[in-house]
Amino acid sequence: MEMKATREGFGEALLELGRRKKKVVVLSGDLEDATRAEYFKREFPDRFFNLGIAEQDMLGAAVGLSLDGLIPFACSFAVFLTNRAYGILRISICYNKRNVKLIGSHAGITVGADGATAQCLEDFAITRVLPNIIVLSPADAIEAQKATYAMADICGPVYMRLGRTPFPVITKESDPFTIGKANLMRDGNDVTIIATGLLVSEGLKAAESLSKAGIEARVINIHTIKPLDEVTIIDAARHTRAIVTAEEHQINGGLGGAVAEVLARNEPVPLEMVAVFDTFGESGTPEELLKKYRLTATDIVLAVKKTIARKEG
Amino acid sequence: MQNTIDIAALEEKAGLFRKEILEMIHEAGSGHPGGSLSAVEILISLYYYKLNHKPDNPCWPIRDRFIMSKGHASPVVYVTLANCGYFPKAELKRFRKLGSMLQGHVHTGVPGVELSTGSLGQGLSVAGGIALGAKIRRVKFKIYCVLGDGELQEGQNWEAAMTAAQHKLDNICAILDYNKVQENAAVAEIKNEEPLADKWRSFGWQVIEVDGHNLKQLISALDEFDTVKDKPTIIIAHTIKGKGVSFMEGQPKWHGKAPNKEQLDMALKELGF
Repeated sequence: MEMKATREGFGEALLELGRRKKKVVVLSGDLEDATRAEYFKREFPDRFFNLGIAEQDMLGAAVGLSLDGLIPFACSFAVFLTNRAYGILRISICYNKRNVKLIGSHAGITVGADGATAQCLEDFAITRVLPNIIVLSPADAIEAQKATYAMADICGPVYMRLGRTPFPVITKESDPFTIGKANLMRDGNDVTIIATGLLVSEGLKAAESLSKAGIEARVINIHTIKPLDEVTIIDAARHTRAIVTAEEHQINGGLGGAVAEVLARNEPVPLEMVAVFDTFGESGTPEELLKKYRLTATDIVLAVKKTIARKEG
Repeated sequence: MQNTIDIAALEEKAGLFRKEILEMIHEAGSGHPGGSLSAVEILISLYYYKLNHKPDNPCWPIRDRFIMSKGHASPVVYVTLANCGYFPKAELKRFRKLGSMLQGHVHTGVPGVELSTGSLGQGLSVAGGIALGAKIRRVKFKIYCVLGDGELQEGQNWEAAMTAAQHKLDNICAILDYNKVQENAAVAEIKNEEPLADKWRSFGWQVIEVDGHNLKQLISALDEFDTVKDKPTIIIAHTIKGKGVSFMEGQPKWHGKAPNKEQLDMALKELGF
């Protein structure tokens, strides 16, 4: 299976977008090498600005650029973009409904050896609570490309989370991608695994192994955290009566929390969450960290067994 | 922009603006008089002299841009826009009321407002972004951004100051309403910003200091900005918080408090109404 980081998919699509749309401009917080925005920078130096290590100013400048009809992509690590510049995201971008695209790479525990300060585990929680913003979390490099093109075609604030580490490419070029519409990756009627980002591939692995044990899991790829595809989630709850969520994010306020909100209001069924359990990360290899923080296919299988045991009747 | 400047007429307008600012805050029962009264002449020199703008066409593409970074000074912005004809003056009575377009802090729902503000320290970065966009699109309009002195304690301003200097944004003019008082005390007592002119110069900005209640000085500084090349300009306008009303002048407690009927009457009498 091909391995590729979502940031790579973004960098390639951003370059192509630069060729297609003259209004695309790119801002960087001195991390274009890491976010892969440098592919755009090399071909379009006049439409690229490294504004230095100053995320608040970068987001404000993006708002200014958008006021005149340009389409700014502001790129940094997820942790700096969302945490450091949150007040600007709230007022200058979301309250003002500006057409600013925010690209946060190096999200999740799979950042690896850089450790806790760089591992953004709270971006879903703090972005999805804001009105007017769309929150994307592609499952692989191909989906990251599609998400990049899709966000340039809509007017309004969009945040996209990307990962650093190469991960399996599990979608195809021909798969549909519509913002706000979850993708069914595998059908099944015993339980539903609702995953996002890099943990979609772990969810698929878990489903394979469950199938050998006679449990058929539905796997849903939530590439859009907000607006959440409630119809697909409610339908899965009605048909499978047990849900497991999986994400490289804190257990509080992320995809699991968002799914819990939908279920509680519409179709309460047993729910287990695979996520980082209210703790900061640390240095290590991505594989070691996924294992230590219980974010692997094995952990998803355990959660599935737990939630099925809680089913009524 | 007007060809002939009738300073006396503009001064008379300043008195009227102060009256309307106090009346709308009194009517609302809350609001920020101090930092609105200090910025009256700054806004008059912009809207009645310098800005290239069309009140009947707020989205005119080549208009000069105005950003009010200290969004709590909404009364002076709304009074100025209403007097220019952006919207009917009767609307001022609806300030801060449910369903009104005149939100408590400067808001884009109001014709002529480019950016909603209110969380301090965010305006200059946005002005910088507009200036950067104008440069790459090779359009000639200018960007004017009014800052408060209290909000300069927000670090984002200094990030924006570096960006504007780095990219030689000579199409941007910041105007500091330097009234030297913030919500709880004098700026110098809370987090001293002096020597302020030297700070801006050291950040690579052209600095012009004026009496911010002297329209002639403001107008001449705005004209000087047009001649500055390859660097951004800041006009440090020395002002008095609560200017024009003796019991409000220099008083932190009038930063964000509405006058009652008696206080309003006293203030209007002092202003000659």
